[in-house]
Amino acid sequence: MKFMLMMNTPAGGEYQIMSWPKQDIEAHLAFMMDFHKKLTASGELVDGQGLSAPSQAKLVRAGKDGKPITDGVFPESKEFLAGFWVVDVPSAARAYEIAAQASLAPGVGGVPLYLPIEVREIGVAPKT
Amino acid sequence: MTAGKLDVSTEHLLRELAPQVLGAVMRRYRNLNSCEDAVQEALIAAATQWPDEGVPHNPRGWLLQVALRRMTDTVRSEIARRNREAVAMEDSPLVVAPALYSEPEIDPDDTLVLLFMCCHPSLSPPSAIALTLRAVGGLTTGEIAKAFLVPEATMAQRISRAKQSVKTSDVAFQMPEASERAERLGSVLHVLYLIFNEGYTSSSGTELQRTDLSSEAIRLTRLLVKLAPGDGEVLGLLALMLLTDARRLARSGPNGELIPLDEQDRGLWDREMIAEGVALVTAAFSRGAVGEYQLQAAIAALHDEAARVEDTDWAQIQALYGVLMRMSDNPMAAMNHAIAAAMAHGPTRGLELLTPLEKDERLRGNHRLDAVRAHLLERAGERDRAVELYQAAATKTSSIPERNYLMLKAAKLRDDR
Repeated sequence: MKFMLMMNTPAGGEYQIMSWPKQDIEAHLAFMMDFHKKLTASGELVDGQGLSAPSQAKLVRAGKDGKPITDGVFPESKEFLAGFWVVDVPSAARAYEIAAQASLAPGVGGVPLYLPIEVREIGVAPKT
Repeated sequence: MTAGKLDVSTEHLLRELAPQVLGAVMRRYRNLNSCEDAVQEALIAAATQWPDEGVPHNPRGWLLQVALRRMTDTVRSEIARRNREAVAMEDSPLVVAPALYSEPEIDPDDTLVLLFMCCHPSLSPPSAIALTLRAVGGLTTGEIAKAFLVPEATMAQRISRAKQSVKTSDVAFQMPEASERAERLGSVLHVLYLIFNEGYTSSSGTELQRTDLSSEAIRLTRLLVKLAPGDGEVLGLLALMLLTDARRLARSGPNGELIPLDEQDRGLWDREMIAEGVALVTAAFSRGAVGEYQLQAAIAALHDEAARVEDTDWAQIQALYGVLMRMSDNPMAAMNHAIAAAMAHGPTRGLELLTPLEKDERLRGNHRLDAVRAHLLERAGERDRAVELYQAAATKTSSIPERNYLMLKAAKLRDDR
């Protein structure tokens, strides 16, 4: 079973890594690196990516002519996807376990952030 | 390919021979798609037979014969498939079976023509890169896909579309006219440079360096040096790659974090590569006409030859960037020129030179200008502005190691306050 684990962070919320002390940023990055390595070593990681900053995000929809209309300004309160992992695991319970580990990523002063991780099973597509 | 059974030297031999054989087959049959299939089959046959039967006396001739035999079969069945009275296949004017058992000739120029074809300006850079790695580099689709972090099916499709564009755009399998040659060679150099850079500073992902692509680019450029020995820019590009790649080990820390030039442990630099690069760039300059790759290589050589960062000849580097700026209207050259000026004459001078670049549309959204200004402001003691710009740069870059580096620079300045 494949699951996508999404790390959503509200703009202006507690996950403002840019304003943290250097030591805490380093600890956070080391945690994420280690998490990635462990998931790779256990053979469960399919993919894991961090996304670039929300300030670079664009909202796109097609106009009447089918051409893209881009919208780049978002309200402050909007939640953003900061990164995701795709894991291949035997059960949903295991996916939740992995999500809980990610949730413990350290923040300021090394205190766990208890980040909310959205866990969604990936629909099985027909073979092409 | 069951490459597991092949020893390393045979594998290298096959990689080296693949484009030569493909070039020779292409000269007769023109159709990149089926020629490439034929050569792939010959390589597979070699990979399965050579470990048991030993490497043949003339491995290149062996591969060419197997590939040509396969092409003959393809052409025959194609003819049978098509109606007899239909015009013979338009993309293979020579339907006559080649004399298989004569010594097949290989013209080294075939590989060069193949490179010209794969790097044709009508192809988009990602297509040209994929096609070059496949047809000239002899990498499998799976290997290319892995290097670019895309699914294999996607890469297979990209390669097949590239072959299709070569076919539909009627790119002839022949040496370009003398008048066109320099421009076409320029496209080849550009593609090789992009492959190198993709390996050296991956534009995405968490790994700072995907060394396989860099070494493949160096291998292909070495090949090009043999094929076009008289060209200063080819030598310049090879020199630039070697002089840059020489710093590879020093360029990232244990967790993949980026280490800038001025903080690198220069003891880790590869002296042999530097010596070769310096010799190449010297040879290139002696040929008269100086191009952009030679200038960039000369700048890289000045960095590499400085035993300590404070020994760097910034005035000379500034002068070389000045020449580059006059040669091409590239804002990156102007930015590097400003950095060199800052190092030679102080950060204020550098910041002055950067001011006009803030209005340059081509740098809009590019993180480099913010990062450079942040560095210079930090040196000038303007911490608040520096923090702001380091953070701005961090939000703009798509390279994770670079983002982390910039974020930590900002944090350090804040902490020290």
